[in-house]
Amino acid sequence: MPIANHHAAVPVIVDEDKCIADKGCTVCIDVCPLDVLWINEETGKAHMKYDECWYCMPCEADCPTDAVTVNIPYLLR
Amino acid sequence: MNINDIPVIDTDVLVIGGGTAGPMAAVTVKEQDPNLKVMLLEKANVKRSGAISMGMDGLNNAVVPGHATPEQYVKEITIANDGIVHQPALMAYATRSFPMIEKLDSWGVHFQKDETGDYDMKKVHHLGTYVLPMPEGHNVKKILYRRLRRNRVDVENRYTATRLLKDKDGNIAGMIGVNTRTAEPIIIRAKAVIMATGAAGRIGLPTSGYLFGTYENPANCGDGHAMAYHVGADLANLECFQVNPLLKDYNGPACAYVTGPLGGFTANAYGERFIECDYWSGQMMLEFFKELDSGTGPVFLKLDHLAEETIQEIETVLHTNERPTRGRFHEGREVDYRKRMVEMHISEIGFCSGHSASGVWTDETGATTVPGLYGAGDMASVPHNYMLGAFVYGQICGESAAEFAKSRGDVELDEAFISTELERIQAPMKVKDGIPPEQMEYKVRRLVNDYLQPPKVTKKMEIGLERILAVREDVSKLCARDPHELLRAMEVQSIIDCAEMAARASLYRTESRWGLYHYRVDCPDQNDADWFCHTRLYKDQNGQMASGTRPVDDYIVPLGEEKDAYNKLRVQKAANE
Repeated sequence: MPIANHHAAVPVIVDEDKCIADKGCTVCIDVCPLDVLWINEETGKAHMKYDECWYCMPCEADCPTDAVTVNIPYLLR
Repeated sequence: MNINDIPVIDTDVLVIGGGTAGPMAAVTVKEQDPNLKVMLLEKANVKRSGAISMGMDGLNNAVVPGHATPEQYVKEITIANDGIVHQPALMAYATRSFPMIEKLDSWGVHFQKDETGDYDMKKVHHLGTYVLPMPEGHNVKKILYRRLRRNRVDVENRYTATRLLKDKDGNIAGMIGVNTRTAEPIIIRAKAVIMATGAAGRIGLPTSGYLFGTYENPANCGDGHAMAYHVGADLANLECFQVNPLLKDYNGPACAYVTGPLGGFTANAYGERFIECDYWSGQMMLEFFKELDSGTGPVFLKLDHLAEETIQEIETVLHTNERPTRGRFHEGREVDYRKRMVEMHISEIGFCSGHSASGVWTDETGATTVPGLYGAGDMASVPHNYMLGAFVYGQICGESAAEFAKSRGDVELDEAFISTELERIQAPMKVKDGIPPEQMEYKVRRLVNDYLQPPKVTKKMEIGLERILAVREDVSKLCARDPHELLRAMEVQSIIDCAEMAARASLYRTESRWGLYHYRVDCPDQNDADWFCHTRLYKDQNGQMASGTRPVDDYIVPLGEEKDAYNKLRVQKAANE
């Protein structure tokens, strides 16, 4: 079967001004139990690539620059 | 890529899963013998993986001298589990429970103490006192991580195990798996293997419809249950589903163990208590379920009668520990504990011995039915084990596996099996126009909800099984665009295995038991004459999924007069009311 791309609003927000992933930081990416945070190749900053979030918060709690905010996924709000 | 292109890693003891039981198991092997090589394999990263990624707010089953005895605990869990327990395994936990608390305390885990310095025990269970709050329990994972480093345990993060290996004599031989970021396969040869892969928490679909909004950490999708099945280990009592009372939609614990000792309770729409005891048992869940669908439903967590300082204490614990986004969820809906009750609901189903009794069969040494393979934590079958049980059985398995590994000679690998498994791992990335793992996962989990969620009905379960097997037929069409999707494609195959196991195990036991967990509407009574036994689920000689029974060993602790206590959980109203 052919495959379509579908859009989803994701719960984790990264403040690109505060994020230092482009300087080599991978803390949020490392601690995510579902491996859904990745480096955005265009900006060099961390972002949520897959809408597979347990809203568990290590990414926010461990970020050294307070750049990460975990929101409740829209379907649960 | 074929088997000769992949370097084989050798270790004495392999631990699969770095959440709660796994790190304790790995550290224990090193404590037994620092010369043993130990490898800890984790699908995510051991720093923040598993059920206690953000810590834990209390021990639900601590057996502390002066408050309870191991005999009392074994008796209460036997009664709460309708008699179907392997008491020696409960007793092994109960006697080691307190030494483990002291060990964790010495490692820096903070438990609540009273003004005299004693552990501040609370009563939540129906009969005894076993709850120990840990309001500063958010750093458990950091403490475990330090111990792994100090004991020089080799850690491999971001690898998911896909199949266990055994030698020609039927002993465990290691595992094969895949890197979740590069899709590179890994083969580990081991003299003993400890599985600590957590609950199977991604079988059913949460009511929110969000695939990852599960009660359990969704990384715990049942890989361990599927791998144990395929390597030939027995699984036990899988029909004793985990179903939990949770905050509606948020799908996290409410949490009665924290709020109960402070005066909070589970109430109906009129703010009335309807269950005698908030401890999670199948019998309690059945009353919860009946109330939800009654004229006085739904069900709520009631805190709005409590004093301001009590509510602040509850907020501090609940909004910083275990599931800390809970506060944000309430904020979004303008729910304030002071002003209104919080709506509750029941969770999707799962296999989880931590809360019920379903899992891979293990005895009091942590051994499965495959020599050299051990299981600890939520995936193993010791009932009502919770976090402290995961630590204790991690320790027991560490001791048993170290012993087994030391007595074992060279381990031979089955190359033909490995080649077949490599093909299975690599298949989804070769399919272009196929079915994405997310769609297949949604479908099978939706079927589980429609046909297997209790109350269970025979004909519905038969249809459910047929539909689940039809999804299995589509597995060859699974497609993955990248290594991350490959991880999900491997996981959905474990989920399908678990869904089939859930259906077959539920159909096999033709009675009702464990309250809501196995409430079969067309066989509504408990039938001790035919079903006072464990059930087995295993792969038979023809590779088919089969069921059987295992007798319950003679009790070492008699039940006495309290044997029916958990059948009287509904609040009795006065006759003149």
